[in-house]
Amino acid sequence: MDMRIPVSQCLIRLHEEKHDLEDYQGGVPRWCSGCGDNAILAAVQRLCRDEDLAPERTVFVSGIGCSSRFPHYMKTYGFHGIHGRAFPLAEGVKMARPDLNVFVNTGDGDCCSIGAAHWIHAIRYNMNLTVILHDNQVYGLTKKQASPTSPIGMKSNTTPRGSVLEALNPLTVTLGVQNASFVAQGVDWIPELLYDIISKAFKHKGFSFVRIIQRCPEWLPKMFEPWLHDPGKTLLLTHDKGLQPSADLGRIYKNQREHDPLNIHQAREIASTTDPIPVGILYHNPDVPCYEELRHAGGPRTPEAIRAGLEAELDKFTIWPDEKLAQAA
Amino acid sequence: MSNAAVLEPTRQESAASTKIAVNLPEHIVEVISDSGEGAQRCGQSLGGIAARSGNGIWTVEIIPAEIQPPARSVAGASGIRIRIGSQRVTNGGDETDLVVAFNEQVLLGRVRAGELKPGATILLESTWREHRDPVIVKSYTETVDALVKSGYRVIEVPLERECRALMADARRGKNMFVLGMLCNIYSFDPALAREQVALTFGKKDQKVIDSNLRLLDAGFAWGEANLDFKYCIPAQRAAVPQIVVNGNTAIALGVVASGMDICAMYPITPATSASHYLSDIFERVGGLVHQAEDEIAACAFAIGASYAGRCAVTITSGPGYSLKQEGLGLAVMAEIPLVVVNVQRGGPSTGQPTKVEQGDLLTSIFGSHGDAPKVVMAVSSIEDCFYSMITARKIAETFNTVVIVLSDASLATAQQPFPRPNFSDEWLAPPVDQTPVPEGAKPYDWDAVTGIARRFIPGQPGGMHTITGLAHDRASKVAYDPASNEEGLRMRSLKMAALQKTLKTPPVHGEPEGDLLVVGWGSTQGVIEEAVDRLRAEGLKVSSLHLRYLHPMPSGIREILQRFGKVMTIEGNWSDRKEDELIDEDNRRYAALAMMLRARFLVDVDCWSEARGQPIKPGNVAEVLRAKLNERQ
Repeated sequence: MDMRIPVSQCLIRLHEEKHDLEDYQGGVPRWCSGCGDNAILAAVQRLCRDEDLAPERTVFVSGIGCSSRFPHYMKTYGFHGIHGRAFPLAEGVKMARPDLNVFVNTGDGDCCSIGAAHWIHAIRYNMNLTVILHDNQVYGLTKKQASPTSPIGMKSNTTPRGSVLEALNPLTVTLGVQNASFVAQGVDWIPELLYDIISKAFKHKGFSFVRIIQRCPEWLPKMFEPWLHDPGKTLLLTHDKGLQPSADLGRIYKNQREHDPLNIHQAREIASTTDPIPVGILYHNPDVPCYEELRHAGGPRTPEAIRAGLEAELDKFTIWPDEKLAQAA
Repeated sequence: MSNAAVLEPTRQESAASTKIAVNLPEHIVEVISDSGEGAQRCGQSLGGIAARSGNGIWTVEIIPAEIQPPARSVAGASGIRIRIGSQRVTNGGDETDLVVAFNEQVLLGRVRAGELKPGATILLESTWREHRDPVIVKSYTETVDALVKSGYRVIEVPLERECRALMADARRGKNMFVLGMLCNIYSFDPALAREQVALTFGKKDQKVIDSNLRLLDAGFAWGEANLDFKYCIPAQRAAVPQIVVNGNTAIALGVVASGMDICAMYPITPATSASHYLSDIFERVGGLVHQAEDEIAACAFAIGASYAGRCAVTITSGPGYSLKQEGLGLAVMAEIPLVVVNVQRGGPSTGQPTKVEQGDLLTSIFGSHGDAPKVVMAVSSIEDCFYSMITARKIAETFNTVVIVLSDASLATAQQPFPRPNFSDEWLAPPVDQTPVPEGAKPYDWDAVTGIARRFIPGQPGGMHTITGLAHDRASKVAYDPASNEEGLRMRSLKMAALQKTLKTPPVHGEPEGDLLVVGWGSTQGVIEEAVDRLRAEGLKVSSLHLRYLHPMPSGIREILQRFGKVMTIEGNWSDRKEDELIDEDNRRYAALAMMLRARFLVDVDCWSEARGQPIKPGNVAEVLRAKLNERQ
């Protein structure tokens, strides 16, 4: 049989097999208008298209909260889990199936509060997951309670006289954990950089942690007004191994700093700045081993190997009958 | 029969020729020491030798709560009981016939717990008599005197002195000396004993094996020369190969045999040893054990792995089981197969980590908020620990459900021989389905009769959907409308009925009808059946029924209950005592299974339970049943 296919046919097929944005668009998002989650969804769908990810080999895992509705709006496999447990659920998926593209969508309550223990350990496992922390600094779905990342003094239904604790900084926490391999920060109102950051995160092999500061128009409509109005309050991190913003963007965001993503000390220093808000790749170390590889996940598994392994173990515990008895039996 | 010929007595001349071994149908032996003196290894080896000789055995480990409890303390008693019989042995039995104790304090722990038979033989380390601390000497001599006065046969054995001749650190060698002495007492073939010791120390170098063999021989010879008694528990070697492992090892072997790939766990007593062993062997067959950051994560990790491929397992005990509840609810709601092993211990809260209890039945059936139907099965023997893992995996994947396997602290460490399993490819899960999903098929296309839907696994083209712990419709879309919510509840519940229709009625032990039926579950099977057999031998009309499936329960149980005048359960958990002043029928909290049986079958099921942290004794059960038979209705 002639297996050759004319070049023209190949091109047609290539065209056919390429996915469009619609191939990743699931249900119509039910987020509030102006919610930063919409910007993240658009960036992620664009990434899927640009990387031509097979929808059936892509899984979005989430916890609970506004952000965690994310998988429902993708036309891939999705796992909308339970509050705080997106990380271990995603780790299980990745360990069983290292061949799948696994994303995690989590919020500031989900990741930094109820799931904080899992977050710390997920960083340490460094499994190949693309993690998006949708950080709007408030509990939205339960109607305006302070979250761990809420700024001190923020009034909410549980802090009517203003929150009394300093906000937790997800970047410094992540950068403080052993095996951190990719840490970046974006803001929902600069879509170009949001896309670039998520794209870099996806291409990193390891636990890519992207914190996205996002607006909650419903509960904190004015929270980020000063940053929106004054581009100088945003610090763009640039580097040939990091982000290279377009000239147009550079004309608006003039507050820039060259930062080598391999420099963890500088990354930690930058991470601790909250005003201006640093945007870009803070840290990227491609050489941290992934847990699933250290554990040889996804290796071949055959009934013959299981039989041989089991029989060898049973041998250790076996009392063999006398030969005469065995013959009689 | 003399074994002295093959051994070289250390000091005394052999007196063997004058001893005649007394034949016994069974004997219960205990070896008790401080932690770290190797009593358990000694007892396990004795069990191994007895099993090799063809005897039935059951071992019960006596484990203090701390890793290094203070030496010479009553609470620090660490050791093992071995019940050796001519026939198959199914439980630890009643009181001990013969005990070897390394000091008088740990011995007192057992005496005060009522674990010694009146007049039992005590072989006691005598080195304390010459101790330089007069307080210890006084304690020792007074205890010996008191024990003799109480009618025990106390034989002082210079363990330390004898071992010092063979080993610099005599404390570390006593256990093998004692093993030799016990082999002599029970007329075991010294060649078998030597084989067992070589196996026990198989991972160590030859020097270690040799020095332990010298201790074994010396103990054997000492017994031969110095003891004026000898027993023989006649045995017939099995015609088929037998496996001797404890319950947790059997669970780990069962996990391998079931074809499951991933075990996610968090360390917890008394479940962890299953994961220890699994960690050792699993990777060789392509599996892995993930030690998660906590119990919640272990459960979620297993659910994630199950979702993405084959069913995974998480192994835990009570406190960990409590933490997993939200995960179990998710697996029920999203219909993800999952096997959960709960090796029960004393509760509530941290309770009694090393002690046995059957306290988790109701939380297993009803745990997790909302209506979260799960399959609950209980293992009742070591062999059962192995095969239940295969069955649990199959049920989980057939019905896309959570299967809870209840074991307990007593099965975890108990050893009992069972026929070597013959591996079958059918035990394994099929390869992960990656074929395209038929057009139009929905992720929850529930069968109207069975409630079962074929699940779509990531990688299957056309099957993309988002699973959720929220109420959802057949397309897995979040659905809050009343009809969708009730449809989901109905379908998840129907799966229990679909499984229930496949379950066989459990057999009645004894006659199918009579005056009293005893119902039990889990590790108490051997104890209950032994008690029933004793009473039946007296002509009493007692039978028993042991349930493997607690939820759902098989059909036919109602009819069985109705054929008996009285029904009661025997359980290792708490139930209110009728003699307490405030307790009456309006407030009495029944034992877990009794409550379930009363609710389902509308039969007046009584119960007797204890939660002492010790295995229930057949003698106690027999007395309870006798009293129940005599009770006026």
